[in-house]
Amino acid sequence: MTDTSGDVRLTGISKRYGSFTAVHPLDLTVPQGSFYALLGASGCGKTTTLRMIAGLEEPSTGTVCLGEQDVTALPPYKRPVNTVFQSYALFPHLDIFENVAFGLRRRGIKSVKKQVGEMLDLVQLGEQARKKPHQLSGGQQQRVAVARALINHPKVLLLDEPLGALDLKLRRQMQLELKRIQTEVGITFVHVTHDQEEAMTMADTVAVMNGGRVEQQGAPAELYENPRTTFVANFLGTSNFIAAEVHSVSGDDVVLTAGDGKLVLPRNRCAAATGPGGKVLAGVRPEKISLAHADDAGTVPDGRNRLTGRIAAASFLGVSTQYVIDSPVCAAFEVYAQNVERDPRLTPGAEVVLHWNPAHTFGLDAGQDVEAGIEKVEEDA
Amino acid sequence: MRTPFRWLRRNLVVIAGLLTLAYLLLPNVVVTVFSFNKPKGRFNYSWQEFSTEAWQDPCGVADMCGSLSLSLRIAFWATLGATVLGTMIAFALVRYRFRARGAVNALIFLPMAMPEVVMAASLLTLFLNMGAQLGFWTVLIAHIMFCLSFVVTAVKARVMSMDPRLEQAAQDLYAGPVQTFLRVTLPIAAPGIAAGALLAFALSFDDFIITNFNAGSTVTFPMFVWGSAQRGTPVQINVIGTAMFLVAVVLVLAGMLVGRRRNRKST
Repeated sequence: MTDTSGDVRLTGISKRYGSFTAVHPLDLTVPQGSFYALLGASGCGKTTTLRMIAGLEEPSTGTVCLGEQDVTALPPYKRPVNTVFQSYALFPHLDIFENVAFGLRRRGIKSVKKQVGEMLDLVQLGEQARKKPHQLSGGQQQRVAVARALINHPKVLLLDEPLGALDLKLRRQMQLELKRIQTEVGITFVHVTHDQEEAMTMADTVAVMNGGRVEQQGAPAELYENPRTTFVANFLGTSNFIAAEVHSVSGDDVVLTAGDGKLVLPRNRCAAATGPGGKVLAGVRPEKISLAHADDAGTVPDGRNRLTGRIAAASFLGVSTQYVIDSPVCAAFEVYAQNVERDPRLTPGAEVVLHWNPAHTFGLDAGQDVEAGIEKVEEDA
Repeated sequence: MRTPFRWLRRNLVVIAGLLTLAYLLLPNVVVTVFSFNKPKGRFNYSWQEFSTEAWQDPCGVADMCGSLSLSLRIAFWATLGATVLGTMIAFALVRYRFRARGAVNALIFLPMAMPEVVMAASLLTLFLNMGAQLGFWTVLIAHIMFCLSFVVTAVKARVMSMDPRLEQAAQDLYAGPVQTFLRVTLPIAAPGIAAGALLAFALSFDDFIITNFNAGSTVTFPMFVWGSAQRGTPVQINVIGTAMFLVAVVLVLAGMLVGRRRNRKST
């Protein structure tokens, strides 16, 4: 029998502020011991959801259960969960030792010295115990915040954008560090982030939220390979979309017509209706596509999806080259090509054939915004 | 010619600072010096000869120490009342959204902006119409009233800069509402509250105008000084003034030392 005491179960939970609905009724189960990420742009309701689990926000409807216990009516200080706050919220008037000991002392534990010492060693801050929070660097403060929460052995640890204030290099380091700690202590982690890479590196399961709803959840690879909405397809990485129409269904494949060409996609990867004439957005990730110069069109093997176009731009990134290709069926087709053997003819203006394995194609309902989930530069603070 | 000019330019800030300090401290120096005077007549305005007589007998003037202790008592209670009420108002104004919040926010500054004479006269009218007996209680009520706005201003500034997530973090770490207030909210707001309380004490202790209108036959220390200035100024007034100044200096120095030691300990 598996231990379910650290499960988090949200049932029909929602949050309204006046006429604004921050979180639409949602059901969510986070299994004991898993690393679960709530991913979404700012204002998508992910932090509100987290705060409802912590008890810092009262849900408008629905229940929060930890294991078998319904904690919906419990105030935060009676819930066996702890939070690592965005910007840490360390107590400025207490030193590091007292910050970490705070939870233990409030629960009436007298001899805290050994536990606090061990916890500070775990996060490699044993030397800093008598310093005040403002004397530590951002990364150290972050580790204090984690130690202060973990020392209480919560059933669930909630992390609210814990790495948002750190620079890129430190963030990478802390991602691995947090993952290591999670594996070590085996506590359920619920992690809120807007950084898709962070969610994918750390979490076992990612739930992509948009506009107060969970769009899709699953293992990172599953979400990336099989997005069910354009939002997920665009928010996690980059996707190319081709507006197409269902031509026929043959066996496990759906045959689509796009412009004057034909595309094939596996039936089980199509989230749209597959009746003849149905509109479908055929999606493909930029790194799955191969480029061939139009002169070599004959060398493209049979059975691959192919399109023609002209290179509009090429940017060399060392490891790979990113091409933007103008094609009759898609205005700005993105292709990432590894720089293994570069064809010197592939420069802007060159006519090319794009081809890829049909198994890498996914089909989405055409009734949605193709640009949903594309992060705008000015929003990316 | 050039060298002294350059020296002046380089040290101008220090010179300006010292002159300002002198400007601020000169009155205190005069008070202190004249507390060791032995005046010929009833007025302590011209230097005669050095004497410690007044220091040996600070309460030698009739009624002076009585009025001093009254002033200290009023200042203590006014500080306490204004600090408790003002802190609560400040928290309410910053943390909660309620009807008439804007109005309260604006009106709380009125006592600071209003000319004291006007306030004194209108308070007197109010007390008389209510049939209140003028004395300790009317003075105390008046003092709490005008100290309140200063406390609110000082505490509000502090509370506004406090991150509400700190209290949420405390709650998240098993501190109930009372514990959260005592262990997190209060210690972090303390500098603002202390500043407000000090201001209130100083304002209450030396208030003359409002007190004079509303004290009836009660005599506070500022009223005593004012009254005696008409008939002659005993040296003991300078003694009390000097003593107050020294107490304040010692308190400030002690505060600085404690702060410095705390910083050194944590580095």
